[in-house]
Amino acid sequence: MKAAISSVTTLALALSLATANLASAEELHVYNWSDYIAEDTVANFEQQTGIKVVYDVYDSNEVAEAKLLAGRSGYDLVFPTARPFADRHIQAGLYQKLDPSALTNYDNLDKVILNSLSDIDPGNQYLVPYMWGTTGIGINVDKVKEILGDDMPLDTWRLLFDPEIVSKLSACGVSLMDDSTEVLTAARAYLGKPVDDFSTEAINEAADVVNNVRQYVRYFHSSQYINDLANGDTCVAHGYSGDVLQARDRADEAGNGVNVAYVVPSEGAVVWTDVMVIPADAPNPAAAHKFINYLLDPAVIAPITNYVAYANANAAATELVDEEIRNDAGIYPPKETQEKLVVLKTPSERQIRVMNRAWTRIKTGQ
Amino acid sequence: MKGLPLSPLRGRGLIIGVPWFWLGLFFLLPFLFVLKISLSEPVLAQPPYMDLIREVEDGLVSISVNFGNYLLLWEDPLYRGALFGSLKISAISTLFCLLFGYPMAYAIARAPSHWRLPLLMLIILPFWTSFLIRVYAWIGILKGNGLLNNFLIWSGLIDQPLEILHTPLAVYIGIVYSYLPFVVLPLYATLVRLDLTLLEAAADLGCRPWKQFLTITLPLSLPGVIAGGMLVFIPVVGEFVIPDLLGGPDTLMIGKLMWTEFFSNKDWPLASSLAAVLLVVLIIPFVALRHFEQREEAV
Repeated sequence: MKAAISSVTTLALALSLATANLASAEELHVYNWSDYIAEDTVANFEQQTGIKVVYDVYDSNEVAEAKLLAGRSGYDLVFPTARPFADRHIQAGLYQKLDPSALTNYDNLDKVILNSLSDIDPGNQYLVPYMWGTTGIGINVDKVKEILGDDMPLDTWRLLFDPEIVSKLSACGVSLMDDSTEVLTAARAYLGKPVDDFSTEAINEAADVVNNVRQYVRYFHSSQYINDLANGDTCVAHGYSGDVLQARDRADEAGNGVNVAYVVPSEGAVVWTDVMVIPADAPNPAAAHKFINYLLDPAVIAPITNYVAYANANAAATELVDEEIRNDAGIYPPKETQEKLVVLKTPSERQIRVMNRAWTRIKTGQ
Repeated sequence: MKGLPLSPLRGRGLIIGVPWFWLGLFFLLPFLFVLKISLSEPVLAQPPYMDLIREVEDGLVSISVNFGNYLLLWEDPLYRGALFGSLKISAISTLFCLLFGYPMAYAIARAPSHWRLPLLMLIILPFWTSFLIRVYAWIGILKGNGLLNNFLIWSGLIDQPLEILHTPLAVYIGIVYSYLPFVVLPLYATLVRLDLTLLEAAADLGCRPWKQFLTITLPLSLPGVIAGGMLVFIPVVGEFVIPDLLGGPDTLMIGKLMWTEFFSNKDWPLASSLAAVLLVVLIIPFVALRHFEQREEAV
């Protein structure tokens, strides 16, 4: 009996030691987009703070949103797109307010970007901008010129929505994003109509445009085009600026002779911002604040921009960004391009439903 | 008899109770949750649906049930189209799985006994690699500038790459490849137990091999055909990964539609009612089969 008792106490002791260990090794659960941070960012943070980072990734806003809506996601820090996602998450009460005293590097942020978020987040209480970019067109320049000739301007949505042009590019590969808002907005821009008109007629008008080219579209996907552009498997892809530029860099590294370019169409394009948020039920908000503050350090965020090819929201970091990236019109668009960029308003739940229905019909050819 | 602590009947009850408990906890209970959500309405909140039972004032409770989702599924041709699309793809894939799987199972069952285990291992071996990676590998094989096309062009059979990826053909290839082992294993199990003396007797009486197969082997292996067929047909109807990765935009399947409702529309109630309807549709063949079997036994 005595032996049994002593083994029980040993076990209890071991268990209490284990829990003590768990408590001392503080954990931070980060949920971010894939390929959206530099290779050493997390390791450096762990070294500085002793906090163990559990880093998890997603490739669509919808997947992250579903986890947040279900509740008890276990994540301390998430990086959704501001509109429409973070906007409606604030309304649904999914986030907790930030503690300004824990964010000593906050003043580095670009005031213009903070201002642009204040209509969905008055007083910037919930959202910290991380990176921003545009949605435009990725092009395999040599192949497209070979098919369309040298005179055809490439900075136009006609590459994706003009049936006459798309039919010629079809065999070479044309893809649209699998995102009803992005594609229908681009179709509105192609028509030269206001892009944030979400009335049913406007949605149907845009849907008709997409339906007219649907038979020439190889697939609808929001990330597959990165590989396909880089490998020369596709010619024209509707996509995010940084993703297309990553494809360009991968093709350069591979030395496969594929010449990828990113264009912001002259008819106008959507500019978006991804933000950092702390879920209301985050287990470790203190560590999340530390990580946000760490990312607000210009010396930390500048190398991330160099790596992911997206512009950060940190005004103080711009001069630390590689000159080549800073002067890349696809990443930091010049004035005249910026004038063509539009910020999307958040459609209502009903409008989203109408859009997604139109979208399902387009994709399935019903 | 009196002194026995456990009567044989109670012991049997206990043993049968375990699977019932398992089914109740991991099938019935989750299904009831899904059913509950399917009768609710979507809201922008956490979780994104309204509770059926709400406390209006203290003590006063209101229950609201919304059948609108089921009505929508019935009225809108899109959902019916997706359901029929899934059933069609599933039926065709099951047929091909059986066509390829039957000869494989037959060959293994008739192989010398020391060969059977290694051959079975070869069937099971792909499971050691993640399902997702195996489906991804097909992208590399089927794509425009992939292994298959490059080989065909190199061999001079074609000069333009075939477009296979993102077509229904790619979905069929992916499904048949992934689900083939589920047909081979039950078929093997029935074929290996087949009494070979029956075939010998038939041969002695002058029956030709082809007729032997049709009148003896095939009917006796029917339980394996049905088990294997069900193991393919039922999961393929709800399949999401293969059509999403290999299929084109026009591959209309219920699994993909459920994804859209759940993630893009954030309409958990509608997605749940789709799941509930799918379950009912899949239970029908099972019930019919049971009914059929019982009548057979009664005769």
